[in-house]
Amino acid sequence: MFGKLTLDAVPWHEPIIMGTGVVVALGGLGVLALITYFQLWGYLWKEWITSVDHKRIGVMYFILGIVMLLRGFADALMMRTQQAIASTGSAGFLPPHHYDQVFTAHGVIMIFFVATPFIIGLMNVVMPLQIGARDVAFPFLNSLSFWFSAFGGALVMISMWVGDFAAMGWVAYPPMTELGMSPSTGVDYYLWSLQLSGVGTTLTGVNFIATILRMRAPGMNMMKMPVFVWATLITNILIAAVFPVLTATFAMLAADRYLGMHFFTNEAGGNAMMYINLFWVWGHPEVYILILPLFGVFSEVIPTFSGKPLFGYTSMVYATAAIGVLSFFVYLHHFFTMGSGADVNAFFGIMTTIISIPTGVKLFNWLFTMYRGRVRFHSATLWTVGFMFTFTFGGMTGVLLAVPGADFVLHNSLFLVAHFHNVIIGGVVFGSFAGMNFWFPKVFGFKLNDFWGKVSFWCWLIGYWLAFTPLYILGLKGMTRRLNHFYVPDWQPYLFVALLGALVIGAGILAMLIQFAVSIKDRKKNVDLTGDPWNARSLEWSTASPAPFYNFAIVPHITSLEQHWEDKERGRAWRKETDYEDIHMPRNSGVGFVMGAFGFVLGFALIWHIWWLAAIGLVGMVGAFLSRTYDRDIDYYVPAAEVARIENERHALLAKAV
Amino acid sequence: MNVRTSLDTLATVESPQVGHAAHHHAHDDGSKTLFGFWVYLMTDCLIFATLFATFGVLVDNVAGGPSGKQLFDLPYVGGETLLLLVSSFTFGLASLAMHAGDRAKVLNWLVITFVLGAGFIGMEVKEFAHLVADGAGPDRSAFLSAYFTLVGTHGLHVTAGLVWLAVMMHQTLHFGLDDVVKRRLACLSLFWHFLDLVWVCVFTVVYLRGAI
Repeated sequence: MFGKLTLDAVPWHEPIIMGTGVVVALGGLGVLALITYFQLWGYLWKEWITSVDHKRIGVMYFILGIVMLLRGFADALMMRTQQAIASTGSAGFLPPHHYDQVFTAHGVIMIFFVATPFIIGLMNVVMPLQIGARDVAFPFLNSLSFWFSAFGGALVMISMWVGDFAAMGWVAYPPMTELGMSPSTGVDYYLWSLQLSGVGTTLTGVNFIATILRMRAPGMNMMKMPVFVWATLITNILIAAVFPVLTATFAMLAADRYLGMHFFTNEAGGNAMMYINLFWVWGHPEVYILILPLFGVFSEVIPTFSGKPLFGYTSMVYATAAIGVLSFFVYLHHFFTMGSGADVNAFFGIMTTIISIPTGVKLFNWLFTMYRGRVRFHSATLWTVGFMFTFTFGGMTGVLLAVPGADFVLHNSLFLVAHFHNVIIGGVVFGSFAGMNFWFPKVFGFKLNDFWGKVSFWCWLIGYWLAFTPLYILGLKGMTRRLNHFYVPDWQPYLFVALLGALVIGAGILAMLIQFAVSIKDRKKNVDLTGDPWNARSLEWSTASPAPFYNFAIVPHITSLEQHWEDKERGRAWRKETDYEDIHMPRNSGVGFVMGAFGFVLGFALIWHIWWLAAIGLVGMVGAFLSRTYDRDIDYYVPAAEVARIENERHALLAKAV
Repeated sequence: MNVRTSLDTLATVESPQVGHAAHHHAHDDGSKTLFGFWVYLMTDCLIFATLFATFGVLVDNVAGGPSGKQLFDLPYVGGETLLLLVSSFTFGLASLAMHAGDRAKVLNWLVITFVLGAGFIGMEVKEFAHLVADGAGPDRSAFLSAYFTLVGTHGLHVTAGLVWLAVMMHQTLHFGLDDVVKRRLACLSLFWHFLDLVWVCVFTVVYLRGAI
């Protein structure tokens, strides 16, 4: 009846897991009780869960990212503690089986459910505003994408208490992940949660490409798009180009595990290296999917807070496109040690070093933008400068690793671990927080507290360097990744410093949570009446804060790369219109949520081999979608009078501000 | 013919719908949707590309089991191919009828397309069942895993296309040939012709090359 699922699937005897379970359950109940007490269910359902508004969906992506960051960071703290105390032969507090799940979950969560939601959230909020559109091309699809991602994350979370999670590292290499060596449900949790969220991400790619290519305001030709929009376009082309590869690869691994096939097995002609190739055909472009949108963020933050137009716009565009193309030609550097031969390794090594050239172009462009500018050190600026410093270092160690000979020595060592944390924390995390501090008022109408933002930044920056510099050194000393316990007393001091660094990063996360609380408490004080709190340059700052649900009352006509700046210079900004038209908007829909929930049921049932439940999940998903195709009431018009009312209120506020 | 039909469809849906109440889809939804659907098809194409690449790598790994040369019955597969190619043609005729606004004709051609597609799936299922019964199932060797997955993924797509066809026949009856139905038929036609193209590659790479 319940397939492989029995009561024994819950790890009752693991105090750490059960303790976490109790805390999470109590916290969850507390949240539910609060929502009920304040009677927020209707509001949440109507305004958020069913919302197809790109700004709301973007915020939900960001919340998903922050929640999962807390989980992934808890994993990180456990690993750092374990290694710090288990480097002199003691067993530590995490048994190998549990420890292996922790480092796997850490990687999976941080890449798929923290970094990816952050960038998709930012692109959702900002890109339609920057191109003068009222929403994305397919608003319902956008909601569906989000719920697939969120329920995928829920599957990962539930694996903690029902069954186990994968225990072989976030890349899930076979033959280790085949049924013979991983018979439990861990790998299945990995596969189905990532399939679900991966489909969501692919659909986002399709959606955003169509949005940028079809919905720009009149006059905005390609070379008048802000760099963030360019970065979004290239990112989503990469998403559409490589996420299908991941889907197909995971499907093949699932076929091995469920249908006894032999794609990647050791027996019957299977080829495990094929998996590793395909995984990185997705995986390397994926790192550029993660970083390019943040390059876009920095390209918006730097000009704004330097009071100058971006230096080298055209070269920035070409550099972004070049990185997009080159990202397909470097993936083999993830497995130089496979033994493809010197020629192949040399090719991929050279391609990898070449990719640092367009990246360098960007870096110099940002520096030249700041040069002789009146730089304001807002927390978004600090995150950006911190990025430039940290990321550049990570880029240089990356070039070092790109030399196949060096890579043979450093492969799978902590040097590598330090390198990719260097670029992901220094690039993706710093960039996401820069973007969050920058665009927060556009979504919520008030600014984030800058003091706690700066505290958070300094903790993250110092914490990062404390945590990962020792790992570089340990890597050079020969410490490999994913060790559970070992006897090398010489390494212990470094591991203690790394633990200290992790704790400082923890303080940074805490400071960010305080920042949210303080900002919400002081929201009246930090309110943004003008819609342009930073004296910024691009289109999204010409509309109100928070941006009205229709974004722009009158679709703007674009004549300049920095439209809003030019309008301010010519005294045309914030002009009050008198003649409004009806605005065509999509209606909210709960179908995305329902399909995501059925997707969760489907995934859970497949993991536990509960076939009747899987059938319900699949039929429910298809049925919910079909029901929507019969729904003809999916859009409506906002009457011109209503638009005029909202805009008049906004102009009254504006008058108060000026 | 097929290509032209889909391009015609694209052009028609893009042009403003004269005489239609301004209330519905004043936003030129059709062209956006069709463009988005093209992009989606390219992502689907990459799933097939991945499966083709894997098939190419694993094709010789028969692990002591049968190879394609021993297994494939070219005339039979030729019959399957014929059914699918003709179904693409009949879908093209349905598209033409759609432009002419002839609902009865559209329905007739969609029914014929459905029957041909179902015939293709029926033949494929029979072929698979035959192979499995002969001990040449997907768990026999890496080659057969790759074969069943590549051909089966195409088959699953065609099956999804059949469900879509059935839904669109009902919607054509229920709503008539309005903008939304036309837009969806245009997308389905792209999907159907795309699967036809993929099958041409499957036939060439898997069956013809395997039988030589």
